[in-house]
Amino acid sequence: MNRYRAAAPATLRIVPLDALTLIYHRASGITHIVDSPVPEILEALAGEALAVPVLLARLAERFELADGEAEALAARLDELAAAGLVERL
Amino acid sequence: MRHATALRIGPVGFRLGSDWPGPVAAIDDLYAGYPQPLDGIPDFTVRLFAARPWRRWLRPSVHIGGDYVLPDAAPLPLALGLIAAEMGMNLQMALGQRRYLLLHASAVERDGRALLMTGISGAGKSTLAALLMARGWRLMGDEFALVDPETGLVHAFPRLISLKNEAIPVMEAALPGARFGPRLEGTPKGTIRHLVPDAGSLAAMDAPAVPALILFPRYGFATETREVLPSETFLWLTQASTNYVALAERGFDALTRLVTQVPARALDYPDTDSAIAEVERLWASL
Repeated sequence: MNRYRAAAPATLRIVPLDALTLIYHRASGITHIVDSPVPEILEALAGEALAVPVLLARLAERFELADGEAEALAARLDELAAAGLVERL
Repeated sequence: MRHATALRIGPVGFRLGSDWPGPVAAIDDLYAGYPQPLDGIPDFTVRLFAARPWRRWLRPSVHIGGDYVLPDAAPLPLALGLIAAEMGMNLQMALGQRRYLLLHASAVERDGRALLMTGISGAGKSTLAALLMARGWRLMGDEFALVDPETGLVHAFPRLISLKNEAIPVMEAALPGARFGPRLEGTPKGTIRHLVPDAGSLAAMDAPAVPALILFPRYGFATETREVLPSETFLWLTQASTNYVALAERGFDALTRLVTQVPARALDYPDTDSAIAEVERLWASL
């Protein structure tokens, strides 16, 4: 099963604004304006690589994001991987 | 080139060369009170030229060139040479400015603090800035506001105020003693008449200001003001900046600082009197 981890901290500038969060991706020079749960996903994946079920449990436990589905989360992770914000291992 | 002049608008020096004397004479006349580029070295060069030698005389049409060009820009008739010169200078800023984060916004200053106004074409940012100038605010610019990524301060770029269509009689009435350029009909944006910023605005053009309020005016609606969140302001301002991407992380830092430190409001207004009253009210409540 794929595991994911956040891109190296040195490559990301994360600035929470209000409901939305800015992420400047140094490697691409692209600015992302993201909503929850993206900041929470990046935080959960900052320290360690996790598989989707583990990440889902972690998000529910730490951020009370209990309504997520594994399939939707996997799709979201693939988008983030395509943008370079997370790495697929 | 045959005819040339140089001038400085705020921190930016320009050299203008032309195949014809007219555009240079018009610029020299209306920009008479402006300084020369710092140390005599311009940041950008604009060239107004004829596509073929005989087109200097025969149905003369002005092509806009310079350090930065748009390859498919249509030429203008010689009668609109002043517009061509202005477009050329704006183009250098839009495509070539790298020192400051450039926001497509008008800016006015009072007590060292700047009000920025941005919005779609026709929102009234030039007219409102000119009307505020008529009420004693310092005009910092009607087209571009320059944000210094190092300090967060706004620098002035007080080029000629470009009044379009209905804004022309409004400003002629508000500032009967001001200097205006010729009335230019049939430009790509309709009728244009330039207004020279007042002496106080020109004398203070080198003084930056602390940004204090960002407004998104919208003309044609009942008066209403609403708060704009930092994330929405950020999004709008990235779209209002021509060099946000080019400045990379410096642009991100400058814009992030601006939207987290400066309040922003959307302002709908039915007429300029209502808008000015609302701006003064908002300013007083800061």
